[in-house]
Amino acid sequence: MLLERREGTPLFAMLLAPVGAVIAALTISSVLISFTDVPVFDAYGRLAIFAFGSRLAITETLVRATPLILTGLSVAIAFRAQIWNIGAEGQLYVGALAGVAAGSNLTFLPPALLIPLIIFAGAISGMLLLLGPVLLRLKLGVDETVVTLLLNFIVLLFVRLMVDGPMKDPLAFGWPQSVPVPEIAMLHKLIPGTRLHAGLLIAAAAAFVVWIVQRWTVFGLESRAVGTNPAAANFAGIPVSRVALKVAALSGGLAGLAGVVEVIGVKGFASTDLSPGYGYTAIIIAMLAALHPLGVVLAAVFVASIFIGADGMSRSTGIPSFIADVILATSLIAMLLALLLVRYRVRR
Amino acid sequence: MEVLDVLANGSFWAAALRLATPLIFGVLGALLCERAGVLNIGIEGIMTFGAMLGWMTVYHGGNLWMGVLVAGGIGALFGLLHALLTVPLGLSQHVTGIGITLLASSMSYYFFRLAFPANTSPPTVEAFKAVEIPYLSDLPFVGPALFQQTPLTYVALATTAVLAYTLYRTPLGLAVRTVGENPHAVEAQGISVTSLRIGAVVAGSALMGIGGCYLTLSAFNSFFPTMVQGRGWICLALVPFAYWRPGKALFGALLYGLFDASQLRLQVILGRSVPYELMLMAPYLFSILALALVSRKATAPQALMKPFRRGER
Repeated sequence: MLLERREGTPLFAMLLAPVGAVIAALTISSVLISFTDVPVFDAYGRLAIFAFGSRLAITETLVRATPLILTGLSVAIAFRAQIWNIGAEGQLYVGALAGVAAGSNLTFLPPALLIPLIIFAGAISGMLLLLGPVLLRLKLGVDETVVTLLLNFIVLLFVRLMVDGPMKDPLAFGWPQSVPVPEIAMLHKLIPGTRLHAGLLIAAAAAFVVWIVQRWTVFGLESRAVGTNPAAANFAGIPVSRVALKVAALSGGLAGLAGVVEVIGVKGFASTDLSPGYGYTAIIIAMLAALHPLGVVLAAVFVASIFIGADGMSRSTGIPSFIADVILATSLIAMLLALLLVRYRVRR
Repeated sequence: MEVLDVLANGSFWAAALRLATPLIFGVLGALLCERAGVLNIGIEGIMTFGAMLGWMTVYHGGNLWMGVLVAGGIGALFGLLHALLTVPLGLSQHVTGIGITLLASSMSYYFFRLAFPANTSPPTVEAFKAVEIPYLSDLPFVGPALFQQTPLTYVALATTAVLAYTLYRTPLGLAVRTVGENPHAVEAQGISVTSLRIGAVVAGSALMGIGGCYLTLSAFNSFFPTMVQGRGWICLALVPFAYWRPGKALFGALLYGLFDASQLRLQVILGRSVPYELMLMAPYLFSILALALVSRKATAPQALMKPFRRGER
């Protein structure tokens, strides 16, 4: 069996791939649902209703999608340049911490200055966290996969340390959460009465900007070249290391932005349960989108809907909410296979 | 000084070996996969599922060794999935590994939560008891450290020896090592590269699964989600640290065990002056440091992560 790369992949095939992957994932996951005494279609029906069936459901899904869009972009950018950034989770958390630190200490500034500064602090922190492992890779040849992964654990412990210690909220009745950012620094709600906040616009704008950069700038072309074939890119005169560092900065910055937006958009403070694995889910989102920035937005909304839907379905049927993670993990693997089928032809 | 007291105490070294055991299995497993040229990032998920399924088997009345076997079996199964996706199909080993980790972890949590819906304290089983080797365990210092461990620790040490012997002194081992360095040479001998790689990954993943079940059948006696706590990733970091050799892998795992054992005792000694979270960070920081120190000199198997396509130059 020989795999031969197709000359060009038609657009409809690229759009069909994630759809096929999701259908396959839902089918396989229905086997797990069959272990309970809940009929499969009933379960999936409830999932859809809880995700999109009411105005509250839709806004909750979009709220959940906001950090997912940003972390998904972060991972997609990195993966496109073959930088295996599995540390988006940690970058998110340092972004959140930095945002809280800036917000709670610079309260004397007007909101017009404070909010951008908080966002900047968060993005920069995420950026710096990823630059470390990438520099280790460029200078010492250390694979960044494991280093970014281990940093996630270290950062989580650091957040726990901060939230239990220097940044502890004295007014939180002993609950381990950080001091809050001031009210004026919180993002506006898009629909009053819901949790939908302006962070969604920031995320969508980020996706659009990334798309423009990747499609129409020299840097975008260079980063794609470096990802596809670093040796050839180097031969063509592209400064591979510098491009890699710029990509890492962008990727880390976006993940840090996700953390900051989650703080000033939803919670108002940082805690150790700020992110239920957004950094890891981002990998699934990036692959479902085939690393395309606009696809990331769609994939993030889809993934968010699965989580929100499964939460509600779990409460109403007793199926463990982990089914969402199973569905998404299966769709990741199915997407890999779908991409293979779409990009390669099988020859005997 | 208290530190010297701690070091001279046999039970400290016993704890180090105890804490190192799941990593011995994990590093050996990852090493075997990488020697054959396949990076298996699914280790964290495989350890989790091994932990859950091994424990579940014993909970439902199986004996402890049956649990170990089942854990190895499910590890092998996920290893087979990973191998099929990365070897004949040549998918990205990084992304496939992440997919396997996410799939195995989430499936294990799902089935566990299905069996035990209430979120009260997790049920327990009768774990492995320490086995005292008759005369050797009475030796003054080495006795408690080395010869009063649970059976799986002895299995881990034996596995290291067996793997080292197999890799370096048998034709099969030579084939596995060569397939990771130059698969075309292996193909030229008429040996199937695909079968060798799949076999190595399956065997390595079985070891990872057994490492996972050590946590639920020996170290602790119950399972709870996220109990593997990144040990799988640390195993991945220790493989280059071990220069891809089983003997050094054992040493690396023991070093990790020493770190883990000492951070528990350091917490007691240092008390409130140093935040305990910093202690908990130590094993992860150690792993990153270990990776950074050896990456210059350690030569990876040359064909690591390169998909094999017959006839390609």
